[in-house]
Amino acid sequence: MVNFELFVFYVFAAILVFSASRVITVRNPVFAAMFLVLTFFTCAGIWLLLEAEFLAITLVLVYVGAVMVLFLFVVMMLDVNVEPGREGFVSYLPVGLLVGAIMLIEMIFLITQRYFKSENFPPPARAAEDVSNTKELGRLLYSEYLFQFEIAAIILLVAIVAAIALTMRRRPDTKYQKPSEQIGVTKAERLRVVQMPSEKR
Amino acid sequence: MISLSHYLVLGALLFCLSVVGIFLNRKNVIILLMSIELMLLAVNLNFVAFSHFLGDGAGQIFVFFILTVAAAEAAIGLAILVVLFRNRQTINVADLDELKG
Repeated sequence: MVNFELFVFYVFAAILVFSASRVITVRNPVFAAMFLVLTFFTCAGIWLLLEAEFLAITLVLVYVGAVMVLFLFVVMMLDVNVEPGREGFVSYLPVGLLVGAIMLIEMIFLITQRYFKSENFPPPARAAEDVSNTKELGRLLYSEYLFQFEIAAIILLVAIVAAIALTMRRRPDTKYQKPSEQIGVTKAERLRVVQMPSEKR
Repeated sequence: MISLSHYLVLGALLFCLSVVGIFLNRKNVIILLMSIELMLLAVNLNFVAFSHFLGDGAGQIFVFFILTVAAAEAAIGLAILVVLFRNRQTINVADLDELKG
């Protein structure tokens, strides 16, 4: 059973690394967005292994459901031609790989030293069946972290206002109705009585 | 048995991949934004792993706030991108030189 868990972890990690590397190397931004969706979904699976159920579901709902749809909207709306975007890819490849590899080796040096050994961090026992991760998070969020929670709400409000204010534009050639002038119109402005002789029979 | 190092190494791998992505995709701002999202995901993975192994819910609360800020950042970043494309007809980083920086 424990070995099966490790197997699941390795499968998810392999999918995660593969899809993340495809995000940064694929040619078409639409495919990049799709691989990013796969990355988020797999990471949600890994979070489920870590017993963070609420955050795993939130990741799928917020990221796959909202943020990635936003990305896809923008990618398709902008209609970017792909080819010129690839120039310089090969020339930046060696330095990018070098920096990435050095960073990775440094981090793995630090992580696999004695501080994070499994003797210092023994794997905790599985939570009991009646323990609810969502309930626990909600209790913390609405008691200890209430102030921060409200700040997060304000940040979201500011983001809405900023995004709309940035992208809304008034075209000069668009025709608008002016309701106040429409209501204040008088008969003389719209109706012209023409005097003319009647037709002879 | 999955140890904490497994998760930390995976997070480091994801983080370095996104750094390489920022190096490689200098010509496409959209993929730069996606790399930043990947970076935040790697950090979140570390937070969730520590929260689990230390038995402390505060790490998961922090991930919650990071998700909030990242969603706001993506919305504003994409709005800026749309305005940029409307004005300049390009999202190539090298062409954004109006400030002569």
